[in-house]
Amino acid sequence: MSNTATIIIIEDETQIRRFLRTALASEGYQVIEAETGKQGLTEAATRKPDLIILDLGLPDMDGVAVVRGVRAWSAVPVIILSARSQESDKISALDAGADDYLVKPFGVGELLARIRVALRHFSAVNVGEEGAFSVDRLQVDLVHRKVTVGGAEVHLTPIEYRLLTVLVKHAGKVLTHQLLLKEVWGPNYVERAHYLRIYMGTLRHKLEKDPARPRFLLTEVGVGYRLAVD
Amino acid sequence: MADQRPDPDALLEKVQRAEAIRRRGRLKIFFGASAGVGKTFGMLLAARERRAEGLDVVAGYVETHKRAETEQLLEGLELLPLRAVNYQNTTLREFDLDAALKRRPALILVDELAHSNAPGSRHAKRWQDVEELLDAGIDVYTAVNVQHIESLNDIISQITGIPVWETVPDAVIESANEIELIDLPPDELLQRLKEGKVYLPQQAERAAKNFFRKGNLIALRELALRRTADRVDAQMRDYREDHAIQNVWQVKERLLVCIGPGGTAENLVRAAYRLAQLLKAEWIVVYVETAKLQRLSREQRDAILRTLKLAEELGAETATLSGYQLAEELIAYARTRNATRIVLGKPTRPEWKRWLFGSLVDTVIRQARDIDIHVVGKESDFLSQARENPYFSRSRLYLGLASEEQHTMFKWRAGYLWAVAATAISTGISWVIFDHFDLANLIMVYLLGVVVVAARYGRGPSVLSSFLGVVAFDFFFVPPRFSFAVSDSQYLVTFAVMLLVALVISSMTVSTRHQAKIAGHRERRIASLYALSRELAATRGEENILRIAVRHVAEVFEAQAVVLLPDATGRILYPKDEGEPQSCHGSDLSVAQWVYDHGQMAGQGTDTLPGGEMVYLPLPAPSGMIGVLALLPLNPARIALPEQQRLLDTSVSQIALALERVRLAAEAQRVQLKMETEQLRNTLLSAISHDLRTPLAAIVGASSSLLRDSDKLDAQARNELGQSIYEEAVRMAGLANNLLDMARLEAGAVVLNRQWQPLEEVVGGALAGMSSRMDNHPVSVRLPRDLPLVEIDSLMIERVFANLLENAVKYTPPGTAIEISAATDQDELVVTVSDHGPGIPAGEEERIFEKFHRVAREGSQGGAGLGLTICRAIVQAHGGRMWADSLPSGGAALHFALPLTEPPSIEHEEATHP
Repeated sequence: MSNTATIIIIEDETQIRRFLRTALASEGYQVIEAETGKQGLTEAATRKPDLIILDLGLPDMDGVAVVRGVRAWSAVPVIILSARSQESDKISALDAGADDYLVKPFGVGELLARIRVALRHFSAVNVGEEGAFSVDRLQVDLVHRKVTVGGAEVHLTPIEYRLLTVLVKHAGKVLTHQLLLKEVWGPNYVERAHYLRIYMGTLRHKLEKDPARPRFLLTEVGVGYRLAVD
Repeated sequence: MADQRPDPDALLEKVQRAEAIRRRGRLKIFFGASAGVGKTFGMLLAARERRAEGLDVVAGYVETHKRAETEQLLEGLELLPLRAVNYQNTTLREFDLDAALKRRPALILVDELAHSNAPGSRHAKRWQDVEELLDAGIDVYTAVNVQHIESLNDIISQITGIPVWETVPDAVIESANEIELIDLPPDELLQRLKEGKVYLPQQAERAAKNFFRKGNLIALRELALRRTADRVDAQMRDYREDHAIQNVWQVKERLLVCIGPGGTAENLVRAAYRLAQLLKAEWIVVYVETAKLQRLSREQRDAILRTLKLAEELGAETATLSGYQLAEELIAYARTRNATRIVLGKPTRPEWKRWLFGSLVDTVIRQARDIDIHVVGKESDFLSQARENPYFSRSRLYLGLASEEQHTMFKWRAGYLWAVAATAISTGISWVIFDHFDLANLIMVYLLGVVVVAARYGRGPSVLSSFLGVVAFDFFFVPPRFSFAVSDSQYLVTFAVMLLVALVISSMTVSTRHQAKIAGHRERRIASLYALSRELAATRGEENILRIAVRHVAEVFEAQAVVLLPDATGRILYPKDEGEPQSCHGSDLSVAQWVYDHGQMAGQGTDTLPGGEMVYLPLPAPSGMIGVLALLPLNPARIALPEQQRLLDTSVSQIALALERVRLAAEAQRVQLKMETEQLRNTLLSAISHDLRTPLAAIVGASSSLLRDSDKLDAQARNELGQSIYEEAVRMAGLANNLLDMARLEAGAVVLNRQWQPLEEVVGGALAGMSSRMDNHPVSVRLPRDLPLVEIDSLMIERVFANLLENAVKYTPPGTAIEISAATDQDELVVTVSDHGPGIPAGEEERIFEKFHRVAREGSQGGAGLGLTICRAIVQAHGGRMWADSLPSGGAALHFALPLTEPPSIEHEEATHP
């Protein structure tokens, strides 16, 4: 796979920017740097990037505001870089439409993996023309509403199935609790996170070999869930 | 005594005195025999000289009596404005002490030392103002006449026939650094008087004319000269002592003065004072209260109190003793206090009585063979009657024996009725047994009645029943019966003996009863002190001590009380909390402040600000003044009693000590805490510096090597360097996370985001986060399928799992398994993470949770020893608990329990296929 994608890095720390630029450039990506949120938004609007890496701790504006600014006109994948102390900002940014996040410090390997998933997710490779999603032994046939693990059909309740389809539609993307509750149960249920956790638990017991160490339905602790894509 | 050197103790005392004097201002007294000798004139002359020498001199109060030559001298001196005091519609002008203290001159002139200040002033007497000036380090020039000296007061009144009310304690005169005698021969004084140069107050002109007789003036001059000579003599002796000219130190004399209720008591005290001065001796004035003296009238007891107070003013120690036998009690006390001399008044009893019953003087002389006895003659006592202190005349209760005074008329009458009844009953009993017993035995029945009455109702009724008994016995039983006539004259002797025996028995019974009562009072006092000290000792916290203090003082002294404490700047404040019901509200803070600053009592019944209702006592402790105890006594006189004073003093010092103890304890705790914090900071610093420096050294080394020698390094070496940089950096990141968590948990900044969730998910999250480091350790997770939801902050609990897993990886050899299990136990969810490593050293199970504690280990594994501390803090924040033990197989097991509560309900759907 050749990497000709354009990536904008919005980050005020010179050292982090330097390491990101080196790492991404060596992978063949085209890198555009922005030091401030405003500059980043301008670059995003003019350069038509394939992906944006956004630091939450910008000096001039709120990272969440940058995400909203981008989402106002574009569905370009946004990966957030956050520090441990920015837990709630991170969730706000994800709720605002960011696709993924990385907590500093992170390794290059992890970053590149996330970038790959984000770019692929954007081109929706996992869902084929027949409306089927598959990863490893898990297969979800959206047209025939059929779920199989290792070829054996799994019986799901309507809610479990709906939960799974939401995850499949955003495969690889981090989905916050709030977003999943709204999508599966409706806007009145956004405060009832235990519904989501119970159904996720039963879904895991039906799909996973070892529910405590899930292969497909990954937990982003304190944030939400993500469906593994590879 | 062959030693020629001065006693070291005496020298030390001398040095201390010299030091106290150096800090104090110097007092110079211009001393004269009478008014008109020119004291003020002399004082002003001296002051002008000082001013000419460049000293800062201020005239605080100078009485010129409008004499031109004196007023002339005042010109050019700075005059301190006088303070106007309104008293009974007249405006009095008084010396302004506060203005003087504020002005702080080097030298101040304050005339008429014996002056009494207007009511409402801070001090009752001007000499007290002067004392305060001296205490403040200001030099004072003042003037006084010989007749105002306390100890000479009575002699002079006798000479001149005019009582003098305004007196100055001898101690003040003696403490003067200089005394300048202003002498004028009587003839010249009389000449000046004729010329109108001597001021005489209008209203006292006639008396004053009497005063200025030549004979009087000669006598006064002699007294003044002699007094000055005494002082010079004393100075000379001091000088000799200082310079070891002669070893004059002898055994220290101690005089014991026994006063009685008579009018001579005051003379006795003054005489004893002069004797004590002469002998340079300590002196103690005692009043022995016997059963007889208990029955004194209120006025007589007032007189005794006054005399004791006078003795205290003259520098004596006073005590009230109680006993059955005056002489015995006195001698016993003299022995315990090592008195070398006993001073007694001349017996006042008629000679025959003395011959018949003996007298105190005779008994003491007979019994105290080794003690010198001084007998002081009786002098005119018109003075002692004239002196009327309004404060004492108000007093109601004496010497702590309130009950005697509180006899109601009813009880008094009841006593006599019972005396009659007892006689009637005795007669009845005698009537019944008359036929069977001898007549003499009936007397016993009557005597029994007397004893009962004496024991219950005291002297009067028992005397009555003695007489009635004799009369009844005569009337009813002595032949001829039912007649007062007596057939046999020998019965007259029987009556006399019976009466005598009855009286003696009644007297002794009453004495015994009185002794018991006094003992009871003593015991109550001691018991109350004991109770106070025990309560205080068992108490912690300043507030509790204050509460106990107030309650105790309120109970024992029948007063409302409050303890006033200063703030950090030494300003006395009202207490903040409500306090006990006995607490006193609305005390005068300015008086309390003065008491706190000067460490002296003030208020009602004292010399300072006696106008108010309240008494203010300082609370002195070894480290300094703690605060002030303010009392609003229901009965002010009671507080003034010497015994009560002593009890109050003891209580006050106990309270002060208790307060100080609490403060010192708090201080010690603060220091301890500070030390611990310091220790913690040091541990933290050393831990961090080690844990940061090691990875940093590796990173700096590896990365610089990569930069410098990248050409020479082969791919494998570059890889290794990169790997070590990565690992070390990750380690540092972990440490930074832990420190951050710790800081947030300690600061209480962590707000748990608790949500209902399955434990499984959190375990999964932690395992996923740790996956890269768990390669060498198979982890088995055993969670029951039906585990209930727990309400936890998933991020926080994930940190717990991450730390526990990290520890397990760190302390166990590669390849050994790690188990995570959970089970419900009643209302708890108990989670266990166990390994198969070396386990926790015995006895360390609790210590491993301490901050910066690390189990001894090889190599440089690990962080700052914060992991388990953080875990426990997180679990505790969830309302749970955490502990550790070792598995029987040898591995370590860490457990934590989270409380289980009813999870929220959930609408279930039917499990149908979509």
